[in-house]
Amino acid sequence: MSTHTLSVLVENKPGVLAHVAALFSRRAFNITSLSVGPTSDPKVSRMTIVVDGASTPVDQVHKQLEKLVRVLKVTELEQDDAIERELALIKVRVNPELRAELLDVATLFRASVVDLSPDTIVLEAVCSPGRLDALLEKLEQHGTCELVRTGLIAISRGGETITDDMRELALAH
Amino acid sequence: MEVTGAQALVKSLESQGVDVIFGLPGGAILPAYDPIRSSSLRHVLVRHEQGAGHAAEGYAWATGRTGVCIATSGPGATNLVTALADAYMDSVPMVAITGQVPTAMIGTDAFQESDITGITTPITKHNELVTDPARIPAAIAEAFHIASTGRPGPVVVDLPKDILQAQTTWHWPPVMDLPGYKIPGPPDQSLIARAARLIREAKRPLLYAGGGVIKSDSSAALRELAALTQVPVVTTLMARGAFPDSDPLCLGMPGMHGTYAAVTAFQECDLIIALGARFDDRVTGKLAAFAPKAKVIHADIDPAEIGKNRRPDVAIVGDLRTVMADFVTAMRAEIDANGAPDTKEWLALTDGWRRSYPLRYNQDADGPLKPQHVVERLSAMTGGDAIVVAGVGQHQMHASQHYSFTKPRSWINSGGAGTMGFAVPAAMGAQIGRPGELVVAIDGDGCFQMTAQELATCAIEGLPVKVLIFNNGFLGMVRQWQELFYDERYSEVHLGTAIPDYVKLAEAYGCVGLRCDNPGEVDNILEKALSVSDVPTVVDFRTHDAEGVFPMIPAGHSNDDIVLGPEFTAAEQQAATRKEVIA
Repeated sequence: MSTHTLSVLVENKPGVLAHVAALFSRRAFNITSLSVGPTSDPKVSRMTIVVDGASTPVDQVHKQLEKLVRVLKVTELEQDDAIERELALIKVRVNPELRAELLDVATLFRASVVDLSPDTIVLEAVCSPGRLDALLEKLEQHGTCELVRTGLIAISRGGETITDDMRELALAH
Repeated sequence: MEVTGAQALVKSLESQGVDVIFGLPGGAILPAYDPIRSSSLRHVLVRHEQGAGHAAEGYAWATGRTGVCIATSGPGATNLVTALADAYMDSVPMVAITGQVPTAMIGTDAFQESDITGITTPITKHNELVTDPARIPAAIAEAFHIASTGRPGPVVVDLPKDILQAQTTWHWPPVMDLPGYKIPGPPDQSLIARAARLIREAKRPLLYAGGGVIKSDSSAALRELAALTQVPVVTTLMARGAFPDSDPLCLGMPGMHGTYAAVTAFQECDLIIALGARFDDRVTGKLAAFAPKAKVIHADIDPAEIGKNRRPDVAIVGDLRTVMADFVTAMRAEIDANGAPDTKEWLALTDGWRRSYPLRYNQDADGPLKPQHVVERLSAMTGGDAIVVAGVGQHQMHASQHYSFTKPRSWINSGGAGTMGFAVPAAMGAQIGRPGELVVAIDGDGCFQMTAQELATCAIEGLPVKVLIFNNGFLGMVRQWQELFYDERYSEVHLGTAIPDYVKLAEAYGCVGLRCDNPGEVDNILEKALSVSDVPTVVDFRTHDAEGVFPMIPAGHSNDDIVLGPEFTAAEQQAATRKEVIA
């Protein structure tokens, strides 16, 4: 699957998420994940949208997003030039004999134990997508009983920032 | 100055230069109707909100200004939905004002509550639920700015009742807060020069004029460009009138029911110059087989249209108003430096197609009455000077094919959305936008019955619109498809010609009602209709029920598979089949 990661700066106003979601539905675009959160500017939110390039014309996604009035900027992050992370909380059923092995796996993937019960463990993992998939595959052997993922977030490497050329938008007025 | 939100709304509309609004009041929008009474706005009271929406569209098509409609919450607002979808598909500048239940009741399933911003998000350019009375002037100014600039489109401003009743301070002009709204800047001149060079070098270039030419008022520049380069022109359904049909360079309408010359010119050309057009499926037919030999220059104001359906060789993003003027300048420079394009052989070819395979129908003197004949007589009697409005279906195609358009903004129809019932209310809006001009709606009997109630509005407003019903007693286009693709198994398409009695219906609505079923009477009846100057006139033309629209390219087929129709012999059809023409 050829995934593309779009960073989208939007105005922090009511209805913006609905406009973005409706666009994906209206144009029959497939999204793999979408995460939203505030930025350092309270007027601006940032969405990270992962699109499946095989089923969806990424160029069209980009251009159609740009047309939304509340969308400030759309940038595609190239996988090689970006740091991509996802947070997952994973509840695993633990067979007492295999607990040590499970904890070894967690350590290997730098996942931490955030909850314990007599027969389950909740792990918290922050990983790149590939690493998270590998961790989940390992845990599957133990019996993952519940999984929640935030969806991908990403930021570019190096000195450039997404707002470098946005001064003229005068968001701070 | 202290005002209510409702007063701020009305003052904003006045300050925006709005002269007419189409609407129908109700509970949530009531506060706005009080200041409307004492304002400079002309409010046209429609009989159904859909009529208000299409009237605003007709007004915008005819004038180029932004049309305005207003409705109450819930069903009032949802009745605008079809018109909003229509305006969105055809890039019509329109602002819709809707009432909403008071803010404290939003989300409680209150009486006449509907989430109209949620409902209209996929079919509007933008919408906003206003929750602060102080924002009303800015929300209105932004709505008009967004609706009318860039690629035009509809905008909804949803106003809760308590926001309309609240006190606020009036100020104008407001500060618009649209940091993310982008309008393309001036076009890239190097790309325009490259396009001019491609046109000069081409052997078989074709100008593909879309609705953007009309919307940007670029018809004069198009005529200049065509004359300068001697490149033939096709005008899409959205661009009829952008180039005069009488011009020898005009090949007419392309597409599913386009002329043979226009359709075949696409298939044989080596360069398409697409101007404000979007390579719609009704134009291209099967996309993979469309214009297989052509390079493409695509100029459009919407970057998302570039490459959406057909990948261009030269992409020019910008307002056609500027692009076309720059094109003419660059073309002159190119011709001065390197000579004019040589299109003589190409024009001889397109001319031959036009002569051999014209639009053809057969009108026997003693009937049955053919719809094409009525359109041709109307065209001749009005000298191509009327504003023609159509609904959707066979009558729309016959009108587009057989009326000889002479100027822009004289053809108004529902293109992208294909909204039956568009014609009567749109004609009403057009007539109000251009009083004193002749507005003729050509409608089908199926379409007419969807929005005929607006005849009451037209009559009361004293609008002398002409409504020519092509009454064949069928949902004719659907019937045609059942005839061709469902083995003549006619399913639920027969409406009957007798009910309603359109003459009596017209008279009941305070209009003049006429009937005609005889080809020899057409001129006489049209003359009568055209002479009425104070009330609407409805003519019940009893047209041939088995008449089809031809040429036709079956849906999903290549343009190469064009069917000329029953008026052509098998030998002619065979000769017209492209592979043989080219061999």
